[in-house]
Amino acid sequence: MQRNPQLGPKGELSHLLTIDGLPKDILLQILDTARSFVSVTERDVKKVPLLRGKSVFNLFFEPSTRTRTTFEIAAKRLSADVINLNVATSSQTKGETLLDTVANLAAMNADMFVVRHASSGAPHLIARHMGPEIHVINAGDGRHAHPTQGLLDVYTIRHYKEDFTRLTVAVVGDVLHSRVARSEIHALTTLGVPEVRVIGPRTLIPRDIEKLGVRVFHDMDRGLDGVDVVMMLRLQNERMNGALLPSANEYFRSYGLTPERLAKAKPGALVMHPGPMNRGVEIDSAVADGPQSVILHQVTFGIAVRMAVMAILAGNG
Amino acid sequence: MADRVKISGGRLVDPASGSERVADLYIADGRIVGVDTAPAGFEAQAGIDASGMVVCPGLVDLAVRLGSSLESELGAALAGGVTSVACPPDMDPPLDEPGLVEMLARRAESLALSHVYPVGALTQGLAGSRLAEMNELAEAGCVAFSQADEALADNTVLLRALQYAATFDLPVWLRPQDASLARHGVAHDGEIATRLGLPGIPALAETIAVSTILLMVAETGARVHLCRLSAGESVDLVRDAKARGLTVTCDVSAHHVHLSEMDIGYFDAHCRLTPPLRSLRDRDALVRGLADGTIDAVCSDHCPMAEDGKEVPFGEATPGATGLELLLPLTLRWGGSADLASTLRPVTIAPARILGLPQPSLELGAPADLCIFDPAAWWRVGPETLRSRGRNTPFSGYEVQGRVRYTLVGGRIVFEQ
Repeated sequence: MQRNPQLGPKGELSHLLTIDGLPKDILLQILDTARSFVSVTERDVKKVPLLRGKSVFNLFFEPSTRTRTTFEIAAKRLSADVINLNVATSSQTKGETLLDTVANLAAMNADMFVVRHASSGAPHLIARHMGPEIHVINAGDGRHAHPTQGLLDVYTIRHYKEDFTRLTVAVVGDVLHSRVARSEIHALTTLGVPEVRVIGPRTLIPRDIEKLGVRVFHDMDRGLDGVDVVMMLRLQNERMNGALLPSANEYFRSYGLTPERLAKAKPGALVMHPGPMNRGVEIDSAVADGPQSVILHQVTFGIAVRMAVMAILAGNG
Repeated sequence: MADRVKISGGRLVDPASGSERVADLYIADGRIVGVDTAPAGFEAQAGIDASGMVVCPGLVDLAVRLGSSLESELGAALAGGVTSVACPPDMDPPLDEPGLVEMLARRAESLALSHVYPVGALTQGLAGSRLAEMNELAEAGCVAFSQADEALADNTVLLRALQYAATFDLPVWLRPQDASLARHGVAHDGEIATRLGLPGIPALAETIAVSTILLMVAETGARVHLCRLSAGESVDLVRDAKARGLTVTCDVSAHHVHLSEMDIGYFDAHCRLTPPLRSLRDRDALVRGLADGTIDAVCSDHCPMAEDGKEVPFGEATPGATGLELLLPLTLRWGGSADLASTLRPVTIAPARILGLPQPSLELGAPADLCIFDPAAWWRVGPETLRSRGRNTPFSGYEVQGRVRYTLVGGRIVFEQ
């Protein structure tokens, strides 16, 4: 078996590529570090000098303003220099290969790459070709992983629920195409959540997902019964009408999170969503804006979690 | 070059007769002219000391892409003990015109290395709509007709192609794949694709096509060979068909007998193959199919390429692996407890029969296409040990056993190390 490509020789985190296979103590280290940064983000002067003089390249091969912005804010609050590159619109269209693009940027003395790419595994490929002094953070690759999203989700759960080992958590929606779902599932199971459920129609639940340690439900009411946390997934527009689903309307009828459905969950159950939301498709506005929703807190915690990941990577040489 | 060769003290393993014994072999005029005792007046011009080595018929490989360099890849074939190769038609341009086939045959002949058997395109440009001129191509030297890895989306065209081929008793080789179910997929639709977020190719994409083809074979009586099965259920379908008396044969690639989806690990693009590596259960079913004879032949599915075909994210990688030089060691490895003669059948007499060649053997008078290998020698697979231009193999870094020392084609020593 190959060595875990995101751990260094002493088992320390050298890249963050996926949560799959990360030891629990590293997850906890990130969450604990993030907690200390939450207070930083609440101060008037929101900067700490941990990454002063370091260059963080936001390398987005797939456009995403929101995720890029959160990484940019996180890096700037650590006093790093941030360079944003929307590669989708520049060198790749001129035929340069992914590795050539990255090698060129690495030659500009980059310390960290934050990579988003439409192909699963692209950050692994980049990390494999970088020297030990350059760290790669996966900001979403294909359907594979979005580890900082998974981390900020478990940070949010920990903030409200504390003990992971007593929770039942449901992940609802288009699991098949979702890198967020995969990262959430690995984060939850690694942290000891005894029951992780996935809920969705058979067309949107990937084969053998049970092997990731989850229970599959196709009935929303039964799947939500007694859960402590409901993690909704975004349904992409292009998947709403076709062979996967007949319509957004019918999807909402079967899997939309309404107040009535939420009532099946435990009282006080958290409602989460990685954003951007499709109101009236996967989630009812009354729930999204309701008292159980922690969706905006996820965004706030997301900055602290990304700061924590960068600080830990920089600290690991 | 020596015409008369004496091979001394080798262990002669003849898959045709199942016999194994230590004896001397005498070669003259491209044929075996003596076993044990030299024919009268034989004077060897060259001698090979084969003590401790196995002497067997040269390997026959049903799927070899020669890439841009005929010479280097045929050199790789010889280094792998492969004396006959069949080339799928998915070259650039595809083998759909007699002139192209003749050119390939002429180039191969002038090199005088392994025998090259072109497989012609079943449809023009492999586009799947108009039949290629099969009779013309057969006259030019095509031994069979195939779509290579291009799926035939239109069942009417497939049926017509089989009817037409059956009219002239021309063999058709088909890799079973349903065009729509396989589309966009890059890995077996199973645990690993789910874990890595790779678009899946369900086993159904193959089994549906196998079922369709078998029904059409029953209907048309066409001579069909199924290429590179990957799913366990495909083996069951073929086993049933053979039991019902259908004359169909099939092969599997050496990679699929040894590897599974698990070997993709952390997105190893060298494991991006067509068909995809499937589950461990599928792999075990392929091994069982080989053992019980349902699967007739094993091929290398040789597909050399420059490293930049693999230095991209998994799903964007060009599928395929170099394999000619690994066919023998991989064959020896799955043989396990079986006797050597049986182990070698799927890479010698079985593919020769599928190609329509005379049965390779070590009998008197047989053509001297021979492989002489050291069964005990270990070697490490890597750029420094491979002659193929392609270094793209999932077995890079593996230690394998069985090293070819000499290869003879038409009685001439064309490779030694």
